[in-house]
Amino acid sequence: MNAVPIRRRLWRAFHRLGSPPYVYRLAGRLSPWLGVTSCVLLAVGAFWGLVLAPPDYLQGDSFRIIYIHVPSAYLSMGGYVLMAVAAAIGYIWRMKLAHGLAVCVAPLGAWFTALALVTGGIWGKPTWGTYWEWGDARLMFELLLLFLYIGYMVLRMSFDDREKADRVSALLAVVGVVNVPIIHYSVEWWTTLHQGPTLIREGGPSITMDMLIPLLIMLAGFSLFFGWLLCKRLQGEILRRESRTRWVRTLAAEAGA
Amino acid sequence: MLDVVLHILRRDLRLAFRRWSELATPLIFFVIIASLFPLAATPDEAQLRSIGAAVIWMSALLSSLLALDGLFRADSEDGSMEQLILAPAPLGLVVLAKIVAHWAVSGVPLLVLAPLVAMSFYLPLAALPELIAALALATPTLSVLAAVGAALTVSLRAGGTIIGLLILPLTGPVLIFGTRATELAALGESVAGPLYLLASLAVLAVSLGPLIAAAAVRTALE
Repeated sequence: MNAVPIRRRLWRAFHRLGSPPYVYRLAGRLSPWLGVTSCVLLAVGAFWGLVLAPPDYLQGDSFRIIYIHVPSAYLSMGGYVLMAVAAAIGYIWRMKLAHGLAVCVAPLGAWFTALALVTGGIWGKPTWGTYWEWGDARLMFELLLLFLYIGYMVLRMSFDDREKADRVSALLAVVGVVNVPIIHYSVEWWTTLHQGPTLIREGGPSITMDMLIPLLIMLAGFSLFFGWLLCKRLQGEILRRESRTRWVRTLAAEAGA
Repeated sequence: MLDVVLHILRRDLRLAFRRWSELATPLIFFVIIASLFPLAATPDEAQLRSIGAAVIWMSALLSSLLALDGLFRADSEDGSMEQLILAPAPLGLVVLAKIVAHWAVSGVPLLVLAPLVAMSFYLPLAALPELIAALALATPTLSVLAAVGAALTVSLRAGGTIIGLLILPLTGPVLIFGTRATELAALGESVAGPLYLLASLAVLAVSLGPLIAAAAVRTALE
């Protein structure tokens, strides 16, 4: 088969992602699938992790919060990278939908960061004897990540002009991305309280299969859940941005009728 | 191209020295913050010695934020920033020249003042050269970060209050390595490690920061 048509088809698919009505419909079509799959995965993963998996030989049952904590922490960082990449695409190619995506990721990422901090504190009390340890680098930089999300949202809100808000806040999102590798490597650079990496490390994951499989299921479930919320938010954001266009008015008229 | 940079450097320095009260404000701010800490804490020698490094670094951080708020504001309000955008030199270089000029009048005096403050917090005399070296490597990074913040908020009326929210989370590494260097120096140990890290942060900030700040200024004024 000739390679050119495939490339052309890919380009057409990429260009379509710049079209608000297309992305609106795409998000609408994806979201029920993401919603159902994520709920099933979360239910299976939670049951497996909280009930079936064996207790930890050192931490007993308290380790089970890992099934909430690790996926939240992973989404807090992954969300930031997604936001920064989308904002950079929006800035470089002046793609408004990419800015719209970045706007939608910010509050979700901030909530998952907050969740990671809270579950980390709850986990820290029985294992380290404290909810919060100022001396731990990973805790500090995760907190700074939350402040970066908040700064991004506040900066956006202080502009009256949406296009200017898009472009200026995109620069802040890109600058802040330096924080993400620092969080990831913080447990190797400064060894204080937080345990070292479990999944992404040299020599493979350091966790037994019985505990690893539910964790992976929860990671997938959380990611799809994030995607589901993102689709919903993106639809709303597109409608807000395109509220003056004919296709949105037609849509509203159909919904009202 | 270099002409433009030198010209801006000279112009900004001249402007700074003509308005010396603005120049002095961040320095006085630095001394005031540092001298308020003993009022908030118990002012005995052991306590002051243990918080000394933190006080010096926090004061330097806050005063550098304060100093750079107006870096682009005056120029964009009277329209000269638009002329600089149109100037034949790349805007990144222009911004770098402005940051250097501002660092020369706000960062360098800090290096002179910091040892005095450090001595009042019972930092050993032998640790002062290391403290000055650490501050000399860290203040450029802080200036660049604050310039990025000032550029992001240049078109906002209430810019000054937001800068802190945007920039302070990014100053974490500078603070960690700066206080680490000062504490090691106070114990009489080698400070090479944190100094190298501060230097690498400075290289990163000085090479990438002006480009980001330039993009932000251009976006804000377009």
